[in-house]
Amino acid sequence: MNSLEQYIDIYRENSEAIDAHSAPVMNAARPRALASLEGRRLPVLGDEGYEKTSVDDMMAADYGLNFNRVGIPVNVAASFRCGVPNMSTLLGVVVNDEFHPSKNLDEKLPDGVLYMSLKKAAELYPELVAPYYGRIASTDNVPVALNTLLAQDGVFVYVPAGVKVEKPLQLVNIFSSPTPLMAVRRMLVVVGDSASVQLLGCDHTQDCGQNYLALQVTEIVLGRDSRLDYYDLEESSENTARHSQIFASQDSGSSLLVNGMTLTCGTTRNDYFIDITGDGCDTLLTGMAIGSGRQHIDNSSVVVHTGTHCHSRQLFKYVLDNESTGAFEGCIRVDEGACFTEAYQSDRNLLASSAARMHTKPQLLIYCDDVKCSHGATTGQLDQDALFYMRSRGISEKTARTMLMEAFMAEVIDTVRMDGLRERLRMLVEKRFHGQSSFCGDCSGACIDTTSLQ
Amino acid sequence: MDNNILLDIRDLHASVDGKEILKGIDLQVREGEVHAIMGPNGSGKSTLSMVLAGAPGYSVTAGEVDFHGTRLLELSPEDRSHEGLFLSFQYPVEIPGVSMVNFMRAAVNEKRKYFDEAPLSASDFLKLMRQKRAIVELDNKLASRSVNEGFSGGEKKRNEIFQMAVLEPRLSILDETDSGLDIDALRIVAGGVNKLKTDRNATIVITHYQRLLDYIKPDYVHVLYKGRIVKTGGPELALELEEKGYDWIKQNNEN
Repeated sequence: MNSLEQYIDIYRENSEAIDAHSAPVMNAARPRALASLEGRRLPVLGDEGYEKTSVDDMMAADYGLNFNRVGIPVNVAASFRCGVPNMSTLLGVVVNDEFHPSKNLDEKLPDGVLYMSLKKAAELYPELVAPYYGRIASTDNVPVALNTLLAQDGVFVYVPAGVKVEKPLQLVNIFSSPTPLMAVRRMLVVVGDSASVQLLGCDHTQDCGQNYLALQVTEIVLGRDSRLDYYDLEESSENTARHSQIFASQDSGSSLLVNGMTLTCGTTRNDYFIDITGDGCDTLLTGMAIGSGRQHIDNSSVVVHTGTHCHSRQLFKYVLDNESTGAFEGCIRVDEGACFTEAYQSDRNLLASSAARMHTKPQLLIYCDDVKCSHGATTGQLDQDALFYMRSRGISEKTARTMLMEAFMAEVIDTVRMDGLRERLRMLVEKRFHGQSSFCGDCSGACIDTTSLQ
Repeated sequence: MDNNILLDIRDLHASVDGKEILKGIDLQVREGEVHAIMGPNGSGKSTLSMVLAGAPGYSVTAGEVDFHGTRLLELSPEDRSHEGLFLSFQYPVEIPGVSMVNFMRAAVNEKRKYFDEAPLSASDFLKLMRQKRAIVELDNKLASRSVNEGFSGGEKKRNEIFQMAVLEPRLSILDETDSGLDIDALRIVAGGVNKLKTDRNATIVITHYQRLLDYIKPDYVHVLYKGRIVKTGGPELALELEEKGYDWIKQNNEN
């Protein structure tokens, strides 16, 4: 039996409980998801687009699913301090897959803005959720169909037309369970015409010794002339597997920034599908990954241009040490009629050990003549001349290596548009290269052996 | 009165990629002295400086180097720096993403750590930078940029002397510091070197041309040819070389 059949069986056995603890809009999508899974399987190693990561293997382990919503107490404030100094945010916390607003969150949100549980939103405002839920992420995609089949809750962000949310929305995702757990996470972000919002997400695990799996799907709908900056930072544990798919659809004149950062993880696969359907859009997709130990980080992107006069740029950087492995597959597709497109992609990687491995596969598919496109991928080692130059000035080899690795990541951090967050990320990356995680001071156990990067 | 011997190189042999470049160098440098090492291209001048600084890729096959009581060749490049050796690079390296300020702070504080001293406070560090910048008239703007990135040839060399001023080495090796400099930059760089000269430190100037020696007056001039010092003299030797060219040396040493 492959992993998928196992989950379909679980669904069949628990469909009543799943529906009972979810919302009609979400339940209505399940039959179609189930139908589209018929005769399919999860991607395995070697499938197109999955040269280095087997989703089937990621999902094969025996994880529990909390369909009956048994409450798991978590003292969020005490365990996690994901604060960004000098920055006031609107905070929500997802424990496993369940959204918990911070105190008085609703009152702090600007009029008409929703930042809440997806289940609750689907019950209270089905007219806002139903038109978008499952419309951006197609269930033709097997992991999306599985997510749709099993998801019970998640996060809903809604910014009405014309509203500019000044304070960033902050989303802290936490795994908390005494037994191995799979969380089916779902997020829907709808930004109306001429509206704008910033979203900071971070992933953590409360018990770093426990096995967790996140199967997450995020749908993003950008209206005309709207804007979304989404920062997605993973700081999980070696025992966490994450399969994240972000689907975005951009209407004319919209601006999207997605920055996916993997500081610590076990096995991570991030998919980015960005559909630029409108004209005159701007898209910046960036990512960084820092691997040590036996961590595995795989990013895959597909940016599709159908509108005219759009500009997209992708920048991904990896630093891999020890036996960590990285993969990047990036595709730019410019459809017929998408004239005056400018689309760029760059993937640069640093191997800090002889056992680390990087696999990269950039792709350009261009079906239109009037375009400017480029892609480039490099994988190399630390600049030996720079290393010696620094050592000749008295800087120890260890410090020099760390400084060079930080410098390498600066290009990605510089794309962050919030000053406070940029500073914070610099600090986090610096700490990461010095072998600490951001919440070491507050967390009881050392989750992960990051010392080897030194 | 004889000053203390700072650097004592005895029968130094070194090779790169299995090819012997230095074939037995003997050289003594005392405190307060300026030595010039001249010689045609490919004679081993830069190799000597890289070997002394501890660059990877150069293997010492024989000989010893004593640096004020330490066995220099056994030290890591960073410890050689802490012990007071400084190499002004012929081609200073650009390091994108590492700011000059962070670079110098790391250099200064690692040296202090080596001598069990506390790191400099932010204000003391900035004061030090300001003082030392003035010696080579280095623009403050360059300090906020990445190390050597986008610097002109002259700025790079001034930056080398600035770093030398900050680290206060006992022995400075200036490798082709005059290459790529116009006459004004040359004057500033040489002026900086002269300001830093004391009777406790020493300088080795590696150069092709006599020009730099008009500004930095050597006590001794050595001619390096085919991996050996084939002639040593006073400042007048540099003038003689300028007049007769290196062919004169080559002819005398071919047989």
